[in-house]
Amino acid sequence: MQVPAQVEYEKASSVSHALSLLARYGPEARILAGGHSLIPMMKLRLAQPEVLVDVNGLADLRFIRVAGGELRIGTLTTHAQLLDSALAAGHFAILRDAERVIADPIVREWGTVGGSLCQADPSEDLSAAFAALKGTMIIAGPGGKREVSAREFHTGPYETVVGPVEMLTEVRLPVKAGAGTAYVKVSRRAGDWPVGAAGAALWLDRAGVITDAGIGLTALGAQHFVAAEAEDYLRGRRPGPEAFAEAGAIAAANCRPAADQRGPEDYKRHLAGELTRRALAVAARRAGWGEGTGLGERTP
Amino acid sequence: MKITMYVNGSEHARDVEPRMLLIHFIRDELGLTGSHWGCDTSNCGACVMWLDEVPVKSCTVLAVMADGRRVTTVEGLARGTRLDPVQQGFTACHGLQCGFCTPGMMMTARWLLDHNPAPTETDVREAISGQVCRCTGYQNIVKSVLWAAAHEGDA
Repeated sequence: MQVPAQVEYEKASSVSHALSLLARYGPEARILAGGHSLIPMMKLRLAQPEVLVDVNGLADLRFIRVAGGELRIGTLTTHAQLLDSALAAGHFAILRDAERVIADPIVREWGTVGGSLCQADPSEDLSAAFAALKGTMIIAGPGGKREVSAREFHTGPYETVVGPVEMLTEVRLPVKAGAGTAYVKVSRRAGDWPVGAAGAALWLDRAGVITDAGIGLTALGAQHFVAAEAEDYLRGRRPGPEAFAEAGAIAAANCRPAADQRGPEDYKRHLAGELTRRALAVAARRAGWGEGTGLGERTP
Repeated sequence: MKITMYVNGSEHARDVEPRMLLIHFIRDELGLTGSHWGCDTSNCGACVMWLDEVPVKSCTVLAVMADGRRVTTVEGLARGTRLDPVQQGFTACHGLQCGFCTPGMMMTARWLLDHNPAPTETDVREAISGQVCRCTGYQNIVKSVLWAAAHEGDA
């Protein structure tokens, strides 16, 4: 029988109330959102907070909207809400690709975007997606809000830059013309964590040249979830099977996957290359890159 | 901590430890043992019930998180002695063998049909993809849910 250790429980009524509760109870207090990462961790004593600050009542953190040239996602948005959002998928198909394969339909109804990001599991999918999209995290604290790049949000496995008296409130994704995005994941069975996954974002100019590229890798030991060397290679090139294969090879050479029960190191490295190649091909097509290029990929 | 829940239409107030899981509150405090306590790790789905109108794996939420909210368990599916079409479907299509996964399967199936009255087989398989059955191979569960979809509204 698995039950959490004894814990106190407080309901927050606003972001500032949540922050004041965190300040009052100190570093052993933890924010409780959907609970679908934190409660299992508490059962296993991998997390032992003394106080839970329940933020599920903060309805103003459940939103998906476009403002200021960005797609903005409130961190209490559930995985199901993000999956179902035509607005989100319309701008960034990578989000629908990723959400379709995060956990299962029941868990997606409760798990939240912010909870997943702050849990910071190296196998968590949205971190790579937001890194590929070059997003910005908005973190609220006692002194107001600060912005952190999605690529600087994680400081290590299960660790983020969010301080003990801070709360992640929003993710902002820049909307720019010519974008195409995709996420491709391999897992052992439905709903499982990935063996490996790759997310790609490409921005093409009118001449069809890649002006910018974002590549995120999940569970593959990529620093900050990013394949930076492969991004550098693609910038300024034209899309094509050879370029994508080379970018995949560069991504595979520069990540550091670890063997575990989901697969050996060499297989994961193979996945890093192949999934990067596939994600780039789908992303390019979605960015309007020509049909009939012989890649055999179809836009889902 | 004092909490109040509205379970299958009845109000229940209890004083519970904040660490108590919803599944244990429902089974041990209220004696509603229709919902099954299975894997304890949010993998198997035997404990699925509804919190408000949304299914949840009740081993992975605290009872205090359900304070002031409506809970519907498998005991709340039937209308008096009249079984829900989902329950009738599991009967008609032999949708269970040992029955351990059945309460969770039924709660998810009812939720699916409330949102998608004419699901495809793929829709059904996707809906129950977070739930485990070790007897049926899922075949008859899928048939049962499709049967229910075809017989919704029958007198």
